[in-house]
Amino acid sequence: MTRLGQIFLGLILIFLYTPIVVLMAMGFNESELYELPFKFSTRWYSALSTNTELLTSGFNSIVLAVITAVVATSIGTLAALALSRRTFRGRNLLQLLLLPPIAIPWLITGTAMLIFFFWTGIGRGMHALIIGHVALAVPYVVLVVGTGMKSVRADLEEAAMSLGSTPIHAFFAITLPLLFPSILGAALFAFAVSLDQFVISYFLSSPGYTTLPVQIYSAIRKGFTPEINAISTLLLLGSMTAILIFARFAKPGAPK
Amino acid sequence: MTTVSVQNVAKSFGTIPVLHDIDAVFPQGTFTSLLGPSGSGKTTLLRIIAGFVAPDQGEVTIGEKDVTGIPVWGRNIGMMFQSYALFPHMTVARNVAFGLERRGIKGAEAQKAVAEALDMVHLSDFGDRMPKNLSGGQQQRVALARAMVIKPSVLLLDEPLSALDRRLRQEMQVELLRIQRQTGLTTIFVTHDQEEALTLSDRIAILDKGRIVQSGAPEDIYENPQTRFAAEFLGDSNFLTGVVEAGGVRLPDGTLIQTTATLHANGQKATLAIRPEKMSPTPLEGATNHVAAKILTVIYAGPALSYLLQTPDGTRLKLFQANRDGTLMREGDSITLHWSPAHSIPVQN
Repeated sequence: MTRLGQIFLGLILIFLYTPIVVLMAMGFNESELYELPFKFSTRWYSALSTNTELLTSGFNSIVLAVITAVVATSIGTLAALALSRRTFRGRNLLQLLLLPPIAIPWLITGTAMLIFFFWTGIGRGMHALIIGHVALAVPYVVLVVGTGMKSVRADLEEAAMSLGSTPIHAFFAITLPLLFPSILGAALFAFAVSLDQFVISYFLSSPGYTTLPVQIYSAIRKGFTPEINAISTLLLLGSMTAILIFARFAKPGAPK
Repeated sequence: MTTVSVQNVAKSFGTIPVLHDIDAVFPQGTFTSLLGPSGSGKTTLLRIIAGFVAPDQGEVTIGEKDVTGIPVWGRNIGMMFQSYALFPHMTVARNVAFGLERRGIKGAEAQKAVAEALDMVHLSDFGDRMPKNLSGGQQQRVALARAMVIKPSVLLLDEPLSALDRRLRQEMQVELLRIQRQTGLTTIFVTHDQEEALTLSDRIAILDKGRIVQSGAPEDIYENPQTRFAAEFLGDSNFLTGVVEAGGVRLPDGTLIQTTATLHANGQKATLAIRPEKMSPTPLEGATNHVAAKILTVIYAGPALSYLLQTPDGTRLKLFQANRDGTLMREGDSITLHWSPAHSIPVQN
């Protein structure tokens, strides 16, 4: 049984990682048309360094993901705190309404946002992308931080207050440190949601401001070169490093 | 050294009343238990004294000071929680030092106070450990040290021992009492465990449905319960109900039960409480009350024997005896129970 399980796990990992490994390898292949035999070359990385369109959109994607992570994590954490520690009218309804956006197809959300932003005069461009991405990421943050809050007992804050802490001090001295792994996880989640986002970005980007996935998509339509593999590899290494650092420090799933 | 008092306090959660017109004084240096079943309002009363809950009306004073409007962090209380509530991301020493830091005590002075507090609970070598690496009993001691190190005006305990196993709980009771006596700290202890309340307290206040039904020294409440609830909640009791007649209570079967206590006027209904260990199956000097009963069940518990009995009219009674010579009466035996008029206590229903 365990043997079968190991084989199964192995297959999953192969199917997950083989395409990625191939993509990375092809970035180092000299052929423009992805031809074999493999011949090592860094020409696509040199080409990339002069491809301002890809570099700019890649830079935009990262900036956008960082902004989304910071804003969505701040808003979502506060929301999770309110939802788990306070009682107020409509709390259950609010909590319930947070979930459906995760299940609504992005195409529909994207179309709705485009129409709404056009109608309200928000329009398209960086600011519209920030609003859109934050709105997408907030429910994930509330979920992750809300789950983390369940492991921070309310009587810890009460104990702190009995020892002389104001509620604000108790929050910063007790709750926040205990919640930090969850908040960090939520921020990475928000970062990934934004970095990964294509459909909504496609609708909301303007000719002057676009993200990497949108840029890659239009490049593919025009016919593309392994420069795309090169920038994808760089991006992938960046986000994987971030995830691994998180896993190393937060030890998700480990008993606390 | 501080007297704590609560005047005319009431509290409702939404439309549900939890406490009605509570008046209570906790004299300085005494150990008082708030004893009651769950839902009796005992925890809410403690949380009002602590300052976690604001009363709808009434006042709370700690020492000379009216603290009703002062939040919990300004009241200088020491509190122990059911779940220990140690800060899991801090070492034992930092947990204990937390309250000192809030009072601006740092450096060598704080270290000395922390060391003394840990020494008091016999955990001197545990300062560098994390709470999760301690046993339940050790965590509870740390919680006690943390509450005591700030030299609080009053120590509030919210069922702090209920999560411990029996032996450990008894050890902690002794420890708690020793430290309370040493420091002379006014202590208020919430519990639903009557044995714990009897063992620890100078005074007990019994709560039922948001009211204090009786308060006083444990032996006063035990020997002279005023209500049926108090008699049943603190210890076990038998109840005989009848009509007042000629200084006694006439039972439906015609037996007249005598009491030394003052009763209502003749012809009124009255209930007498008799403790099961005050009854005897053999005649005793001065035990002029007697009823016949049949043994339904025999419970052998080592040092103590309990019998469940039934009178001819169907009233259930209990009898407790010390196991003097290992001989037991048998199920089905018919016996006569004898007791003194002084042990028939009239109670309100």
